[in-house]
Amino acid sequence: MVGQVIFIIILLGAAYLFGRNVAKVRRNILLGRDTDRSDRPAGRWAIMAKVALGQTKMVKRPTAAVMHFFIYVGFVIINLEVLEIMIDGIFGSHRIFSKPLGSLYGLLIGGFEVLALLVLVSCVVFMARRNILKLKRFTSAEMTTWPKSDANYILVIEILLMTAFLTMNAADYKLQLLHFGHYATAGSFPVSDMIAPLLPSGAGALVAIERGCWWFHIIGILAFLNYLPYSKHFHILLAFPNVYYSNLQPKGEFSNMASVTNEVKAMLDPSFVPEPAGVSLFGAKDVTDLTWKNLMEAYTCTECGRCTSVCPANITGKLLSPRKIMMDTRDRLVEVGNNIDKHGKDYTDDKTLLDNYITREELWACTTCNACVEACPVNINPLEIITEMRRYVVMEESQAPASLNNMFGNMENNGAPWKYSQADRLNWAEKE
Amino acid sequence: MEQTIPTMAQMAAEGKEPEILFWVGCAGSFDERAQKITRDICKILHHVGMSYAVLGTEESCTGDPAKRAGNEFLFQMQAMVNIEVLNGYNIKKIVTGCPHCFNTIRNEYPGLGGTYDVIHHTQLIQSLIDEGKLKAEGGESFKGRKITFHDPCYLGRANNVYEAPRAALEILDTELVEMKRCKSNGLCCGAGGAQMFKEPEPGKKEINDERMLDVIQTGASIIASGCPFCMTMLTDGVKHMEKEQEIMVMDIAEITVRANGL
Repeated sequence: MVGQVIFIIILLGAAYLFGRNVAKVRRNILLGRDTDRSDRPAGRWAIMAKVALGQTKMVKRPTAAVMHFFIYVGFVIINLEVLEIMIDGIFGSHRIFSKPLGSLYGLLIGGFEVLALLVLVSCVVFMARRNILKLKRFTSAEMTTWPKSDANYILVIEILLMTAFLTMNAADYKLQLLHFGHYATAGSFPVSDMIAPLLPSGAGALVAIERGCWWFHIIGILAFLNYLPYSKHFHILLAFPNVYYSNLQPKGEFSNMASVTNEVKAMLDPSFVPEPAGVSLFGAKDVTDLTWKNLMEAYTCTECGRCTSVCPANITGKLLSPRKIMMDTRDRLVEVGNNIDKHGKDYTDDKTLLDNYITREELWACTTCNACVEACPVNINPLEIITEMRRYVVMEESQAPASLNNMFGNMENNGAPWKYSQADRLNWAEKE
Repeated sequence: MEQTIPTMAQMAAEGKEPEILFWVGCAGSFDERAQKITRDICKILHHVGMSYAVLGTEESCTGDPAKRAGNEFLFQMQAMVNIEVLNGYNIKKIVTGCPHCFNTIRNEYPGLGGTYDVIHHTQLIQSLIDEGKLKAEGGESFKGRKITFHDPCYLGRANNVYEAPRAALEILDTELVEMKRCKSNGLCCGAGGAQMFKEPEPGKKEINDERMLDVIQTGASIIASGCPFCMTMLTDGVKHMEKEQEIMVMDIAEITVRANGL
């Protein structure tokens, strides 16, 4: 009874804290400008099923894809077991599904165990790739102390949770064989029966191990849930809405700024009466000038670095890293959100995403080749943020590199990026 | 050139409408190497007897480099003026000699009032091959030569056109070899996003030199592409690597013209 009360208190506390943090993330995302992504719902469900649920963009790197798939399927399916743990915790029952499901239960537990082992092995391999093999993707410049630790914490927590789960089952299995108390026979335990010989044989010790692991496992899961909003691991939730709200247009299509269209139309046609538009900046100087979708992407990014590893600028040693663009956007957004929490919603510090986080050198290194956009397994678009910031630098500050200002001048004067007269545009026809 | 190049102004004066407008682009109009490709595209159009015209001195930059560089004002100014000209001539179908023009007119002009059926010249060549109007005969044989195709970003990733340029190479009976980074994984030549018009930011190497490693690995003697900016970057890359004797950079249109002896 006491156990049940403690369990319910912990469960409610964890749910409350998680809800509060998610609400905060949602508020931060909605600090962004509006953009309409409500069109074509059928297409959006389809792309979500394909890219988020089906993970089709992961396969470009097969090793990571296979192991990630184990962890992903493990996470989703083992959660069925967590459902049972929740019910047992609340009602003080033990393996409540075992009787009604009969032999199917044994099959399920067997399946969970195999998955748990695959998750465990995958996490160990992932840790080795990061810490022993030191893959370039995981050790580059923006992978400073926190992102590196964050990745390791996630993997360690998953390893501990799976170990606790399997140890719990092993103890349970041993108790079942002893026909001890309420530990009724509940199918086979293909993985944990290999651990079972390592455990003590006394019933008291086994119950202590089984209960200890049970509590560790469920408290661990609830704690991990509350770690998510602070971590790159938040992608397990946001990947789905983020892909749903993907850009469905061709990647080469950059948005036409409606605010500019108004002014250009007024310039070309003095009788044109522009629709009244709210006063806002051209482009983005800070995170609040980006769209909510850009900001959602920043929270969705799991820092895998596939974008950076295919970025032509980054490959050739330039400062630009698309992953850093996303990480900076999130870091700055969290900072803006914390400022609101501390000082109220009208507070502004003297920092901005531009210059304090992302430098101009990074922005001007981009070739707009879309390799980063193509590479992202969850359809994040760092290029859009880069373009918005270029727009701010060029249209609000007139601070384009001198050579680009020359190009603009040529285009204005003679309709070509070079200094050739428009009257000479057909000269090619006279040659050869 | 042997044939005269029809302009829209002349056609309109004669009360005629061409089947397709050939949008030449700035590089195609002014860059010496790209001018040759422009003439080759005209040769192909002439060869198959397609009625076409160019805007000539009425054409102006699409605004692509301004837009990628963040100058949306200048882009929309260019776009609106061009759309006025195009709509004025009642243009329905456009073929471009440049993936950047292709992308901009196809994807970004509709929102500003200019909706046309836009194709890239490699798509035109593919459809002419499919229709049986264009073959690979009567000209230079490419048989047995190793050719690799460099995907221009604004044709490939930006618009998912991967097969058309390859179809133009496949009828040559050559050995088409793919680079390690090809199609949706293709590596940029380094010119996009207005980089063509500025010095690269500081780094360890040039992007086109990085791309040359992929090319050399294939052992190809011809790099084919379909973009005047890629053309410049790849040609420079070949020079940097001192491979001018072994590797040629050619546009799909040039290869088609040579294969047909036009």
